[in-house]
Amino acid sequence: MPSPAAIRAEADRLFAALRETGAEPVETDILQPAGALLDLYGEDIRARAYVTQDPIRGEMMLRPDFTVPVVQMHMDHGAEPARYCYLGKVFRKQDHLSPRASEYLQVGYEVFARDRPAEADAEVFALFARLLAPLNLRPATGDIGLLLAAIQALATTERRKAALARHIWRPRRFRALLDRFAGRTPPAPSRLALLDRLATSDPEALIAAAGPVLGLRTPEEIAARTRALVADAETPPLSAAEAATLDDLLALSAPAGEALGHLRDIAVDMPALTPAVDRFADRLAALAALGVDAEALPFEASHGRSTLEYYDGFVFGFHADRAGWPPVASGGRYDALTAVLGRGRSIPAVGGILRPALVAALKGAV
Amino acid sequence: MGLKIGVPSKGRLMDKTFDWFGARGVTMRQSGADREYAGVVEGIGGVDLVLLSASEVPRELAAGRIHLGVTGSDLVQDKLADWAGQVQALAPLGFGQADLILAVPLAWIDVDTLDDLDAAAAAFRATHGHRLRIATKYHRLVRDFLTVRGVADYQLVDSQGATEGTVKNATAEAIADITSSGETLRANHLKALSDGLVHRSEAVLYAARAAAWTGGEKQTLQVLAGLVGVTLPDGT
Repeated sequence: MPSPAAIRAEADRLFAALRETGAEPVETDILQPAGALLDLYGEDIRARAYVTQDPIRGEMMLRPDFTVPVVQMHMDHGAEPARYCYLGKVFRKQDHLSPRASEYLQVGYEVFARDRPAEADAEVFALFARLLAPLNLRPATGDIGLLLAAIQALATTERRKAALARHIWRPRRFRALLDRFAGRTPPAPSRLALLDRLATSDPEALIAAAGPVLGLRTPEEIAARTRALVADAETPPLSAAEAATLDDLLALSAPAGEALGHLRDIAVDMPALTPAVDRFADRLAALAALGVDAEALPFEASHGRSTLEYYDGFVFGFHADRAGWPPVASGGRYDALTAVLGRGRSIPAVGGILRPALVAALKGAV
Repeated sequence: MGLKIGVPSKGRLMDKTFDWFGARGVTMRQSGADREYAGVVEGIGGVDLVLLSASEVPRELAAGRIHLGVTGSDLVQDKLADWAGQVQALAPLGFGQADLILAVPLAWIDVDTLDDLDAAAAAFRATHGHRLRIATKYHRLVRDFLTVRGVADYQLVDSQGATEGTVKNATAEAIADITSSGETLRANHLKALSDGLVHRSEAVLYAARAAAWTGGEKQTLQVLAGLVGVTLPDGT
C-alpha cells in the first residue's frame, strides 16, 4: 500500500475533481447515532461498524459510510436539486485477519434530483469512469429496479411479493422463498401439521392451549399470521413460466446492449416489466450521450444484491483484478432510502464512493 | 519456559478435563488448598498448569499467554473473531456437550422454523416499530448464524444469565441460549426452533497460534500429544 501521505494526496486530487463539477463540499460527524444505522442495516452492521457508548446520547457508531448522514443532512435542510461531494475516513471492523483496512479514506459524490433519473445515473457513472480512466478498471453494472419490477409483475399475492422484495438483498433466503412460492420445495412438516390442526380449531384456541403468552407479541398478532399462513397455503403456486422468467432475469449477464435485447424479450412474457426496461434503455442512451460505450458495458442483473441493501435502482462498481480487493469505486441509486430517512418526504438520489488508497496503489504500480 | 496449558478452574469442566488427561497418563491436580488456582502436572516434564475461568481461556489463547487451552467450542467461536485464524482445534474431548439453540414462546403456534421467525420478525417490526428482540450472550455466533441464513428485522439484546426469563420479563421476544436438556425451556414456556441449532458445543483442546513456540514448547507438545493420543496437524 502507498504511504498515508500519498493516499491523502490522491484523495485531495479526486475531491478537487469532484468540486470542479460544481458539487457542494459537505462534512458529516464521525460519531453517528447507532439507532438509525441499526434500523436501516439490521444487526449485521454491528459486525462491521465500531459501536461505542456515549453517556448522554447512548449508542454511537464510528461513521461506517457517508451516504446515510449526507441523506439525513439533505432531508433536513437541502435545496433541490443538489450535488454534494465529501472526503473523509470511514471505519469498518474486519472480522477476519486480513490486509483490509479498518479505517480508510472515502471520496464521494451524491446527486439529489427529482427529474431525469436516467441522466443522473449516467452523470455519476460517467464522472467516475472519467476519474478512473487511466487505471483500466473493469466496470460492472446492475439494476435492482428491474428485479423489484419483476417481483411486482408476478401474478401472486401482495404478501408474497412483499416477502420477495424484502429479501432481494439476501439471495439465499430470496431463493428459498421463490422455490417455496413456486412449489419447487414442499412446506415444512410443522407447517403442514399446523394447517391440519387449523382445519378443526381456531387459531385462538390453539394459542391458548399451547402455552401462556409471553413477551410483546400478542395473541392477535400470532392469530393474524396464522390466518395469513392458511391463506398462503390456499394461494396457487407461481406458474412454472413465471418462476422460469424470474430465474432467467436473475441469471442475466451480458454486455448491456445485448442485455437490453434480452430484457425486451422477457418483457413480452411479463409486460409489467416494460417501464423498468424502458428506464434501463433510457440510462444506456444517457450514458452514450456522455461518451460511455454503453452497449459494451458489462451488465449483471444480480450485481449489487449482496452488498449494501439500500440500493434500489442502477448499481455499479469499478474493479481492479487484484485478489481480495474490494471495488475501487462503487455506487448506485437509493430512492427508497431517502423516504426511510426523510420521515415522510423523499427524493430520488444516486451517488457513489471512490477509495483513494486503491487508486493510489494502482497508480504506483502503473 | 514450560508449555502452559489453561484448564477451567472449577466445576465439571475441570473434573472432566483432569479425568481425560488422567486416563491417558497425565495427572493434573490443584496444588495446595482447594481454593488455590495453581496446579501441577505429573507424568510429563515441562508442562505448567494454568487454572482459569472457562470464559477466559479463549482470550488467553488469542493473546498467546497460554500454549494450549481446554474450553467449550461455543466460547472460542463466540469470543474470538476469525477463531480458526487464532487457535487450532487439536482434539474434541468428548464431554461438555451442549447445544446453542434459538427458542420462542410455546404460544407462537405459527413459528417453528427460521423462515417463520423471519416472517414473524418482519410483522413484529411493522406492528411495534422496533426489531424483534433476541436475548443472548452469544452475539457473534447468533448474528453470524442468522446473517448466513438471511434472517432480518431482529436485534440482539445482551443477557449474561437467566436468559430464559427475559421473554417472561418482556425484555425480549425470543432467546438464543445453551441448553443441555429441554427442561429449562419447557419450564419457561419456550420451544426450540426445529432448524435453530446455532452451534453444537463441546470441550476442545486448542493450541494458540500466537504463543511462543520457539523454545522447547514444540517438543513438549509432541511428547504430550503422543502420551494422550492426539494427532497433531501437519506443520505443528
